Amino acid sequence: MDALGDPTRRAIFERIAGKPMTVGEAAAGLPVSRPAVSQHLKVLKDAGLVSDRAEGTRRIYSIDPAGLGPLRAWLDQHWDKALSAFQAAAEEGDTE
Amino acid sequence: MTAHQTVKPAPIRRRLEVKAPLERTFDTFVKRMHDWWPKEHSLIDGDSRKDVIIEPRPRGRWFEVTEKGKEIDWGHVRSWERPNRLLLVWQLTMEFKFDPDFETEVEVKFTPDGDVTIVEFEHRDLERFGDKAVETAAMMDDGWGQILGEFVKSAEA
Repeated sequence: MDALGDPTRRAIFERIAGKPMTVGEAAAGLPVSRPAVSQHLKVLKDAGLVSDRAEGTRRIYSIDPAGLGPLRAWLDQHWDKALSAFQAAAEEGDTE
Repeated sequence: MTAHQTVKPAPIRRRLEVKAPLERTFDTFVKRMHDWWPKEHSLIDGDSRKDVIIEPRPRGRWFEVTEKGKEIDWGHVRSWERPNRLLLVWQLTMEFKFDPDFETEVEVKFTPDGDVTIVEFEHRDLERFGDKAVETAAMMDDGWGQILGEFVKSAEA
């Protein structure tokens, strides 16, 4: 397992650990090209160290600490389901 | 060598454009939670859910009520700013047990924009769900090394 063996890749991982970000943000100030950063992200993702999701047209990368993955996935789908039902309820009206 | 850094999972964030006026959107979130909160996501244990209550004030309780009248706490209100913002404290642990000492924040902001209301949602402090795991790693006095070791283990499991 050497997903974190490469210093650049480790630097990228530590940035994302600090806060979720896009490829562009992860690449900022690093002496490597954006495609190279994308490649590092792919390795991290394949290793299960980083996950990504779409937010509008952007792709946001974030980390998933040990043990929290399943819980976070549960919360993620819970809020998706709950908030879309909330939206429908608000739009149909009938507050009282 | 003691440069401990806490690994923080990303908050859960959502942004919705609701085609409804500001007050109605806020009130739907608070007063009609029973209608929209997934029925199967309850702690009613055999009983059925009758209502979900958010008491409209700071420190107000956030709880569900079963048909048999049992009240099950979920958390409380930290900040009540109708109709623009609501800050709730989710106090159910990873085992879905209410714990008065366990707190994660759920913030919901409501902003009118023409004839829609923008709802910005965030459930944060998720690392607290895993405090024990992180504490254990930090105690080993190797900061990142140990914490990353935990990641690797979970990635490989």
